[in-house]
Amino acid sequence: MEVERYGEHIYPEDEINRYEGQAIEELKANSQIAIPDPDEWLDDDLKQNILLTTVDWVLNFARRSSPWVSLCFPACCAFEFISAMGPRFDISRFGMEILRASPRQADLMITAGTLTYKHAPNIRRIYNQMPEPKWVIAMGACAVSGGIFRSGYNVVPGYNRIIPVDVYIPGCPPRPEGLIQGIQMLQEKIAKTKNFA
Amino acid sequence: MTVALSGKEVAARLEQQFTSDIIESNDRFILVKKEAIHDIISYLKTDPELDFNFLNYVTAVDYLDYFEVVYQLTSLKHNHDIVIKTRCYGRENLSVPSIVDLYSTANVQEREIYDLMGIRFEGHPNMTRIFLWEGFEGYPQRKDYL
Repeated sequence: MEVERYGEHIYPEDEINRYEGQAIEELKANSQIAIPDPDEWLDDDLKQNILLTTVDWVLNFARRSSPWVSLCFPACCAFEFISAMGPRFDISRFGMEILRASPRQADLMITAGTLTYKHAPNIRRIYNQMPEPKWVIAMGACAVSGGIFRSGYNVVPGYNRIIPVDVYIPGCPPRPEGLIQGIQMLQEKIAKTKNFA
Repeated sequence: MTVALSGKEVAARLEQQFTSDIIESNDRFILVKKEAIHDIISYLKTDPELDFNFLNYVTAVDYLDYFEVVYQLTSLKHNHDIVIKTRCYGRENLSVPSIVDLYSTANVQEREIYDLMGIRFEGHPNMTRIFLWEGFEGYPQRKDYL
C-alpha cells in the first residue's frame, strides 16, 4: 500500500512494521539465556557494617512498606491480582494499594500473565523506565517458565529472559494467598538489602 | 432465531448465473471455485431476496491436501444465513480473491488468515502480518508447522 511520508518523525506503516520486526528479532536473539536472579548477596551477612545498619533498616523499612505496582497484566493471572487488590484479601495492608499507570512512579512489577515476543520489547521498556531500586515478581506458571504455552511459536519461556526476576510464585494461577506470600518474601528480601555496601 | 438456509436451495438460485463455478452444495454449505468467490458473494449481497448484508466471519481450515476458506453470511433483514466454502490446493503461493471491497469486516480477518495460514488474498489493500511481527518465518497455524 502506498503511504506518503507525513513528517520527519511520523513513519508510514510498512516502515513501522519493519522496525518493529527488527526490534523483536534482535530481542529474541539476545534473550536465549535466562538473566540470573539478583539474589547472590542474600547469604553474605558477614560483610555488613554495624554503624550503617540502622540507616539501612530505616531505608529498607520505607521501601518494603510501600512498593507501588506498575501495570503489567497481559493475561488471566491479572484476575487473581485484582482479587488480591480487593477488600477480601486487601493487599493495601502492605502499603501497595496504589497501581501506578506510569512506570516512573512504580517500584514493583508484578508480571501476571503469558508474555509473547511481540509484547516483550514493551515490557522491557516499561521495566527500563522504572526508577531504581526496582523489583520484579513473576506471578504464575507462564511468568515463571512459559507454563503450558512454553512450546508455542512466540511465547517467551519465562520473564527472566527479558528482565531480572526477584521472586517466583508458581501456580496456574496462584491464589491471592500465594501472591501475598510472594509479596512477603519480597519484603524480607528488601529488608536484607545493604544500601551502603 | 436466524434460519440457516439450505445450501442446495441457494445453489439452485445461483445455478442460472454461475453454472460451472459451483462444485458441490448440500444442506449445510455451498462449495464454489475460488476464482468465482468474489462474484458469488457479490451476487449474494446485492440480490434483494437473499440480501446478505452482514459477514459473520472469514476463516480457514487446513486439511493437509488443501486449505478451505469458509465464509458465513447473514441477512439482518430476512434473518437467514448461509455458509460458503472454497478450496485452494497445495502448500505454496496460495491465493484467494479478497472480499474487502464488499465487506470491510473482512479486512482484519483476511490479514489474520494470511498471518497464521499463509493464504494471500488478492486485492486486499494491506496484506501484511497482523499478530506476528514482520520477519517471522512460517505460518504457525498450519498443521505441518512444527
